[in-house]
Order: sequence, then structure tokens, then C-alpha cells
Amino acid sequence: MSDITKQSLTELIENIKDKKLSSTEVTKAFIDRSEKSKELNAYINEDFTSALDKAKKFDQKPNLDLKLPGIPMAVKDLFCTKDVKTTAGSKILNNFVPTYESTVTDNIWREGAILLGKLNCDEFAMGSSNETSFFGNVQNPIDKDLVPGGSSGGSASAVAGQLTPITIGTDTGGSIRQPASFTGTVGLKPTYGSCSRYGIVAFASSLDQAGPMAQNVKDCALLQEVISTYDPKDSTSIDFKRNQYSKKLTNNIKGKKIGIPKEYRVDGMPKEIEDLWQKGIQYVKDCGAETIDISLPHTSYALPTYYIVAPAEASSNLARYDGVKYGFRAKGENLIDMYEKTRSEGFGAEVQRRIMIGTYVLSSGYYDAYYLKAQKVRKLIKNDFDEAYKKVDAILTPSTPSSAFKIGEKTNDPVSMYLNDIFTVPVNLAGLPGISIPAGHDSKGYPLGLQIIGKAFDEQNILNIAFAMEEKINFKNKITDWWIK
Amino acid sequence: MSKKNSEYLINRKDNQYEVVIGLEVHAQVLSESKLFSTSATKFGAEPNTQVSLVDAAFPGMLPVINEFCVKQAIKTGIGLNAKINKRSVFDRKNYFYADLPQGYQISQFKDPIIGEGKVILDMPDGQKEVGIERLHLEQDAGKSIHDLDPQNTFVDLNRSGVALMEIVSKPDLRSPDEVSAYIKKLRSIMRYLGTCDGNMQEGSLRADVNVSVRAKGSKEFGTRCEIKNVNSIKFMQMAIEYEANRQVDLIEEGKSIDQETRLFDTKKNETRSMRSKEDAHDYRYFPDPDLLPLEVSDEFVNELKNNIPELPDDKKKRFIAEFKLSPYEATILVSDIDTAKYFEEVVAKMGKNKDMKLAVNWITSELFAVLNNKNLEISQSPVSAKNLAILVNLIKNGTISGKIAKTVFELMLDGDKDPQKIVEEKGLKQQSDPKAIEALIDKIINDNREKAIEYKQGKEKLFGFFVGQAMKASSGKANPQLINEILKKKLQ
Repeated sequence: MSDITKQSLTELIENIKDKKLSSTEVTKAFIDRSEKSKELNAYINEDFTSALDKAKKFDQKPNLDLKLPGIPMAVKDLFCTKDVKTTAGSKILNNFVPTYESTVTDNIWREGAILLGKLNCDEFAMGSSNETSFFGNVQNPIDKDLVPGGSSGGSASAVAGQLTPITIGTDTGGSIRQPASFTGTVGLKPTYGSCSRYGIVAFASSLDQAGPMAQNVKDCALLQEVISTYDPKDSTSIDFKRNQYSKKLTNNIKGKKIGIPKEYRVDGMPKEIEDLWQKGIQYVKDCGAETIDISLPHTSYALPTYYIVAPAEASSNLARYDGVKYGFRAKGENLIDMYEKTRSEGFGAEVQRRIMIGTYVLSSGYYDAYYLKAQKVRKLIKNDFDEAYKKVDAILTPSTPSSAFKIGEKTNDPVSMYLNDIFTVPVNLAGLPGISIPAGHDSKGYPLGLQIIGKAFDEQNILNIAFAMEEKINFKNKITDWWIK
Repeated sequence: MSKKNSEYLINRKDNQYEVVIGLEVHAQVLSESKLFSTSATKFGAEPNTQVSLVDAAFPGMLPVINEFCVKQAIKTGIGLNAKINKRSVFDRKNYFYADLPQGYQISQFKDPIIGEGKVILDMPDGQKEVGIERLHLEQDAGKSIHDLDPQNTFVDLNRSGVALMEIVSKPDLRSPDEVSAYIKKLRSIMRYLGTCDGNMQEGSLRADVNVSVRAKGSKEFGTRCEIKNVNSIKFMQMAIEYEANRQVDLIEEGKSIDQETRLFDTKKNETRSMRSKEDAHDYRYFPDPDLLPLEVSDEFVNELKNNIPELPDDKKKRFIAEFKLSPYEATILVSDIDTAKYFEEVVAKMGKNKDMKLAVNWITSELFAVLNNKNLEISQSPVSAKNLAILVNLIKNGTISGKIAKTVFELMLDGDKDPQKIVEEKGLKQQSDPKAIEALIDKIINDNREKAIEYKQGKEKLFGFFVGQAMKASSGKANPQLINEILKKKLQ
């Protein structure tokens, strides 16, 4: 089977269960393609030798009852993996090898999956184009010199480029959904508290959430049911009844009420995005759902609120990278000098920018005006959704205000970069689940995504809506393998 | 300095100054594991052997609250007659230091677990109430060791993450003696509750001392200085005395006092500036997003309330009412939980016909002297409560005299011997047969006829001589009361 890497996760699992494919064959196929795809720079750290060993071991005594039997998978380098270097895309962790495994990846390996390697991402997940990574830009398989989005850019690129059948990313303000949208893939940001944050390098603790990134909705649902577990090691993990999302997946969404928030029609939004949204509305109607115009009045405050809350938490979360215990250490004359040099040399510009913003908004005299006010606005944003969900079951919006842009296009304009997240950050601020599915192409042939936002813990519902829409949209990603010589 | 009516005042020329003191006590929670991790908290372990990934702040590690520490804080709050806040919030206090692995300390800032309360101090001139502002839970930092290497600082993270209770008093204390009484009372309450071992040598109890002075009678507070991290009552008292006088001197010289943080140099017996208000850290407190607000139910609190042991104030009242002790005696006996336990065991073992006064005297004078000499805690007493009770009963029922009892007590010290057996083996039983004593006295009077005549002629102090002779003749065993009675009769 030469086209192993073209198969979806669901197909691969079926083939392995039917013994038509071995884990070794599958793993080898993805390794081969990954080897040929170095130009994408999707990997920070490859673990291919070990992956093959594990695949062989699996094949010797295959446990086919597992959910991910012998499936190779690369993961975002924000997840701590035992004995495998974990960098968070930063120089400051360039030599860091955890002695422990994140709960989310542990759940994946328990179901039989095999680690292929660690995928590139923006440094500490701070970025929307994967350009802040210490390990360089990631190419979007859609087109040369196109950003894959961020911060889970390596993950999106690897799934779209078929370097891994499926992957996981993390989403603090859109870091799963925006790159999914830019690469024509499916990305789910689960409800805050659904997936354990234990062992994930923290960016902004009250917003960070791990989630699946896949080629289709069904694969996405399957991985979500694997990674979402209650974890007492994370005090913000929530003990709710989790579904077998892939088994309960249905395209029957008749009678569902889908909200269309008028505030997402932002100034300067390209007509293509507006058209895509209208098409999306038609799709859900075609599926038998009803659309209702709703208002989320505080939407315009979401982005500024996010860029106070997230940097504030980040400035504190990143204080531990001080050169004392692990990671990079620069030589210094004394302790303070060592701190300053370590952190100046160890962190990139964007991370330093956010640490400074965060430090500023928390400092005495500014706390009330910025951090406290932002927390109040955050509550209002959440209230907007609560109000809306009295009338609707889910909300449909574009995923991003534009398609993917060129590498370097926005690096000198942080605000324009931050605007990428305008449709995704409200979801994080409200702690809700959101999924981005590919829904069309722009005039350049670049993919565009639609976002479905759900009620808290209602992942099943948005997966169902996405599943039904996926069928109607019948999206085909235009991957030319341009990077393979 | 004068102590009129036991008031602590500082005198200068025509001016008298009052000292105002508030304390922030850091009490280590008595707990097997740390506040947010499962590492052990044993004192004196090899450096960095009680450190988890959470304590060392590895990437992706998250704090999980230790419920036992929460219970300990609430119990302490109950002991301080304080308001238990059903909702409290953990905040991050951000600062960089090598022994602070997270780059922040998890503490409670705006919403502490315990609110206002009070403790009662027993001062020589009566009781004094000291207000408690709050009690909050926080993590301890690690320890930087600067003196092991000329070039490097070593860091021991064993303490990192250990649970502390910070108990903040109102500025209600007015003298070093009150501070001493306050610390002892806090320590006593926490030891009764089993929430802090109060061991100051091991750093389980230490305090930041806020000191200001003001003209006597003034209602306004002066500018305060905070003396950081003082770890013994004696040093606290010395530091306050030095600092109050320093501030008074500044005022007398017409200078102003800078609000600042100071350190107490125990070798030079002086405080010196550590950092001024301008240099104060901006800790950028904000709620820790890794931890949800801590919410406790009424049932949770009530369950703890129902299991609170009898505390020193109540025990004192009961000792006075039930055992007819004086307030002074009761205060001494309840101040330490182990002393109170010992006393109550003695009382129990004495049985029905007990002499409470005698028991109290034996504990507070003879036993305390021995413990003091041997530098022992009462829990390590060489004489068990049971055997002390037997000894007291032997005195009470006339088997031995108080004087012989002291000899017996000395012998008991070696291996907690049964006093009954000592009395029997050494033949120390008191002679209480009037006929035998009468015979003995007749012989003495006969042998000392001249002195007997002198006595009868009015030289009354010779009575003591005859008592002494009688005791000597009986090897101290004759019942002194009988000797007195018979002598008086015979010498008439």
C-alpha cells in the first residue's frame, strides 16, 4: 500500500485491526514521508528509531482492542514526553528532557499510539504563524512560504502534509483552530477542564487547553475521546461524564438551533470570509438545522481582554525559566545578572514582549485598570454566551478573518498578528469548546475554515454539527506535495 | 525606662513613649506532606531529598491543594476564635530568587482562609485581649546556603512548598513581655490543636515584628518598621527594645522615621536597614489560575469544630472550677499541652482521696526543677505521672513525710521507680505510733534536762532543737506532727 499516509486515522485503525496493515508498515510510511518533508520544518525533534522499535514491539503482540492500535503520531512540542526532549519551541528549554509524561500524551500511548516526534510550535505557544519558534518557520503544505498558522503550526502542517495521521495541539486563544483553518484541517479546542493540563508547558493557565487536530471530524472525535479524562493532578480538570464521541457521532442535526452572532461581522473582513460564512449558514440549513441571529455584545472587547489576561498569566508562568534548575543558563556576574542574561538570551522577542506586557498589567497601580478590569470584561463575555445559549444550541462563525498569509508578512506588526485570533479568543475567555472545519477556498486556493462554538461540555453537539456540515461541504484539500523533490 | 503599673514606656527628658507592636507569625503546618505536593516535610533530611517535580517547578507541573493542611488551618482558626471564610483564594506572589523555583510563592492575599479572631493573654496584672487580623496559608521557599563554597550558592529545596500559616495580629501589643506572652499563647493553642509543633529552633515558628512608637496617650500610630524573620522570643524582645529606642531617639532628635524593612543582628543586638519602602518589591499578586477558589462547606467546618480538643483557656477554667486551683496555678499547668496532660494523669491516678495542692506543688516545683536541670520536656519526664501520683498519695496518707518524700523522689529519677517500693525497701515509712514517739521523746528530754529547763523558763526557740533531735533519732521517719504534739505536752 503506497498511499498509507493518505489514509485517515479511522481507515488506518480499520486496516490494522483487519490485519491488512501492520503498525510497522504504517509507522514506516509516516517516517518515510516525514523524512522527505524536512523542508516543512514541522518537527523539532524526531523520534523515528524509537517509534519503529515500538511499532515492531506492537506487531509482535498486537492489542487490537485499543483505540489507537499501533498508530504512529507526532505531537506538539508543548507536551512533556518522558525521556524525549521537550522544548516548547524555545531556546531556554533546548536541552530539557522531562522525566515525566503529560496526562494527555499518556492517555494516547495507553491506547496503543506510538510517538513519532515532537512538532514545531511558536515559542511557548505565543504566536499565530509559528514564526516565533526558536527552531525556525514551519511551511504550510498548501503553498511555499505560507505560514501554517500558530501556535500549533507544526501540528497543522504535519497533519495537512500527512506526516502524521493525526496530532494534538494546544489552544490558548486559537492555536488549534486558526492553524487548522490555515491548513484545511479539523481542529477542536475542548471545554476548559476537559483535557488535563498536567505536563503541558504552561502559557496562560486559565485559557490553555489541549485538543485534537485531524483530517476529518470523525478522527477528531476519536482522539478527543482518548485525550479527555478527569485528572486529579490538575485542579482545574473537571469531573463530568465524557462521551464516546466517535461512537455517538451523528450527522442528524435536524432542529438544532445555530446562532449567527452579528458582532463577528468585523470591519475590513474580506468578502470571501463573509461569503464563506453565508455558505456555512446554508449548509447547516440544508442539514435541517435552524439559524437564529444572535448578539454577543462584548465581542469587540475580547481581543484586548485576552491580550491582558494571557500575558499576565504568562509573565508569572514563565518566571520559572530562570537558569537555576534546568534549561538554558547564561553566565552572569551574580544572580541578578545571570537571570537577566539567561532570560534575554533564552527567550525570543515575542515572548519577552508578552512577559513585559504581563508584568506591566499586574504591577501595583495598574492592576485595577488592566488585569482586574479585564477579568470583569471576561465575565461579561462569558455572560454573552450564557445568554445566547438560552436561545441556541451552538454558534457558527468564521474561524479566522483571513486565509493564511506569507511568512514574514506580519512579523513586524504584532497587532495585525494578534487580530488573527479575533474570532477564536472569545471562546477561550468563556472556557467553551470550539471546532474549526475546512469549508472552502479563497481566490488563491488557500483553505478557509468555519468555527462552531458549543456549550460547555457539549463537544458531542459541535462534533455532530461539524460532521454533518463536513458531508455537505465535501472539502478537498489541495496538497501538491510541492516540498517533495 | 520605667515600669509604672507594669506599663512599658520609654522615657526621654519630659517625654514618655508607648511602643506599638504587631506580629506576623509564620507557623509551619504540622503535616506529613507539603501544601501542594506529596513530598515529605521531615526536618533535617539530606538536602534536596524531599523535593517533587511540583516543588522544583518543572514545566507543566501543577499544584494540588493538600486537604489536610486546609483542615489544620481551619482548626487553628477555630482555636483563635476567628471567622472561618468559606471561600478563600490562592494568589501568586511574584518575585525572583534562587530558592523560589516557581518564581512566585503561592499565598493568600485578598481572601484568606481565616478572618478576624482574638487570643487572651494572661499577664501578671490581668488578662489582655489581642486581636487577630487574619490567618492565611502559603508555601515556604527553599533555602539558599551561601557559606559552603566561596564562589557558589547552594540551594536546598526540602522546605520549598512546605505549608505555612501566616498569622497576622492587630497592632495590639505594647511591650516585649506581651509579645512573649502572645507567642507562647499562640504556640500553646497550636500545640493543643496539633496544627504546629511550635519548634522555634527548627524554624517551625518565626515572626516578622512590626514596631512603632508614639507619645503616651496619642491615638495615632507612628511610622512602623518591620523586623524580618526573628526566630526566638528572646531575640524578638531584644529587637523590639532596640528598635523602639532607636525610633524614640530619632523623634527626640527631631528626625523622621522611615518606613522600612529591617534585620535584627543577633550578635550586635541591633536592627539595621534591609530595604526602604521605595525599594519594596512589587509582588504583582494575582489569583493563581492553576487553583480554583477554595470553598469549604458548613459541614466540613462543623466536623472540625466538633473535634476540637479542650483548649488552654477552657482547660484553665475547668481546672479552677473542678480542682479548686488558683488562676496562677491553672495558668502554669495549662500553658503547655504536655504539662496539662501530665497533671491530669496525676490527678486521675491519685484516686478519690487526693490532695490537689500537694500535686500541683510537686509538679511545679520539684518536677519542673528536675526537668529544667536536665533540659528535658515534660513528655520526657524521668518520673511518670503514675508514680508521681503514688508519691503524692504517700505524703497525703501520712506514710512518708514531705522531707522523706524528697529523698524518695531523688531515688525515683533513676528509672522511674515505684515510690511505694522505695519506701518499703529503704524502710522510709513514717513512724506514726504515738507510744513509740513518746518513748523516744522521753529519752531525749531525759538526756537534755538542762535545755528542757531553759525552755520551760522561756527560751522558746529551743523547741526546734528538740524536734531536730527527735527527727534525728528516728532517722527522719517520725511523723513531725506527732513529734510536735507530744513535745509540747511533755515540755509544759
